Amino acid sequence: MTEARYSWGGDEFVFVELAEEMSLQANFRAMAITNALREQRPDGLVDICPANASYQVRYDPDVLDPHALMAQLKDLEKQVGDATDVALPTRVLEIPVLYRDPWTTETLMRFRDRHQDPDGTDISYAARINGYGSEDEFIAAHSGSPWFTSMVGFVAGLPFKYQMVPRDRQIVVPKYLRPRTDTPKQTVGYGGCFSCIYSVRGAGGYQMFGITPAPIYDPTQSLPDFTDFMVFFRPGDIVKFRPVDRDEYDTLLASVEAKEFRIRQAPVEFALAPFLDDPDGYNARLLEVLA
Amino acid sequence: MTIEVRKPGLSTTVQDAGRTGYYDLGIPPSGALDQYSLRAANLLVGNAEGDAVLECVYMGPELLFTEAAVVAVTGAAMVPKVNGEERPQWESFAVDAGDVLSFAYLTGGARAYVAVSGGVDVPVVLGSRSTYGLGALGGFSGRPLAEGDVLPVGSGTGTAGRSVPADLRTTYSKDVEVRVMMGLYDHRLSRDGRATFLDTTWKLTPVADRIGFRYSGATLETVDREPPFGAGQDPSNIVDAPYPIGSIQVPGSVEPIVLHRDAVSGGGYMMVATVLSGDLDVVAQSAPGTRTRFVEVDLDGALALRAERRARDERLREVLG
Repeated sequence: MTEARYSWGGDEFVFVELAEEMSLQANFRAMAITNALREQRPDGLVDICPANASYQVRYDPDVLDPHALMAQLKDLEKQVGDATDVALPTRVLEIPVLYRDPWTTETLMRFRDRHQDPDGTDISYAARINGYGSEDEFIAAHSGSPWFTSMVGFVAGLPFKYQMVPRDRQIVVPKYLRPRTDTPKQTVGYGGCFSCIYSVRGAGGYQMFGITPAPIYDPTQSLPDFTDFMVFFRPGDIVKFRPVDRDEYDTLLASVEAKEFRIRQAPVEFALAPFLDDPDGYNARLLEVLA
Repeated sequence: MTIEVRKPGLSTTVQDAGRTGYYDLGIPPSGALDQYSLRAANLLVGNAEGDAVLECVYMGPELLFTEAAVVAVTGAAMVPKVNGEERPQWESFAVDAGDVLSFAYLTGGARAYVAVSGGVDVPVVLGSRSTYGLGALGGFSGRPLAEGDVLPVGSGTGTAGRSVPADLRTTYSKDVEVRVMMGLYDHRLSRDGRATFLDTTWKLTPVADRIGFRYSGATLETVDREPPFGAGQDPSNIVDAPYPIGSIQVPGSVEPIVLHRDAVSGGGYMMVATVLSGDLDVVAQSAPGTRTRFVEVDLDGALALRAERRARDERLREVLG
């Protein structure tokens, strides 16, 4: 466990990096510290933003003394420790994915000049550089193990997901050489060691593998999953990608349009230590709740 | 009462003091990029200082008033006209039912603010009326104004002829200093890289919008390293981290980007400094081509500037309150 690094972010932010490299443990510490801070919530604290291996807070220094806040954050770091004994109440979600869909394929062809492999597709490139014999094998790996939502952001409601397998089995893919100016809404993307789902259409630098019919951001709050809030994902959500074919995609999309679609989900409790001891066994038990 | 949009201008959005509490889910504060001009415009027309106004970038809209109202225009130098007749800026003036408000060309700054007595009365979303365009959230249908839009306005009791004293008006220059605190990932820069960042006169590129302002001028030298797992190969890559509002990221070690109030909330590029909250107004009023120096201050310096800004706000309230 590395020592955290603290920095002022101007006069209104404190930035804390818990580890330079990504790990589930660093993410778990970020979440445990920010959860504890939410409970203490000193006056003058405006935003608490957990991220992959770091977090930041925004505060009003006219109300909350910067040095007092800094001391409180350092205390919390000590209290939380390595966070392996923390159990996180969360949920397991199933996200249907049409891999190699026509829309992301059309988009990636338009931006081939910005890609490492102009003659291939994003998924053929990712499969090759990660040592998979075929795209199907790669898709089986991407959809075979669950993913841990380690951060929500970039744009409204976009989840970053960290693969819940030992590091030697993790998929790693560089971002585009130069970012695209377009990405279809609900693209399932990949950059570095993170998979993501683009919540809105727009610029992006992650590789594009497919698309989900499931809306994850609904500012009009017209779908049943969004009656409470317009953003679906929360840090800590555990995700299983389920490959679907075009027929099923169309069926699911019709149920979205009929305002009936719901993401399949079940509550679970996630604890880091037993997961790290036996990732495959722990994952199998986690996913049983969706069976 | 309503306002009809006859011409939308280049990019006119409804903005107020902004929304807080949702940045952890990627929803940024939004709100007027120049918060001082927002406060001044509102106080001139008798509104609460954080009420919703129109933010007009580079080129103003043409607006038809369906009822009498009191209006004030602050921020960028962009002379307002009522039925073609010029009106002063930083002063409240009356419009009658049927009057058309339009604007002359921009001659300084970048963003003008139009306050109407009663405030622009679009629905409050997550605690604010501000437009967040990327998320199609808030404001008028979550987007910049378009021809034919009809904007609702609340009822107010403004007085024409009120004026911000000259020393409380912002003046604009094509050479600006923006105060920053170094930090975040500035250890990724070499000693030379850090010096280059602070010594270069940067030029604002045309990529300057509510999300971020991109500057050109130099390449920053980084220190060598073994990329940490999950960061990526480029020396400017980090494990995707949260971005403070005002933070300055340097993708590919060239062309620093100052994130503003519609910021992306996180990402994988090293940030090397953060613009002081008070100087975000200076960035907001920078037009492309503006020559910019980033000047380092420490926390005490930042808090002193904050106190100065607060004192200026207080004087504005005394004069107009």
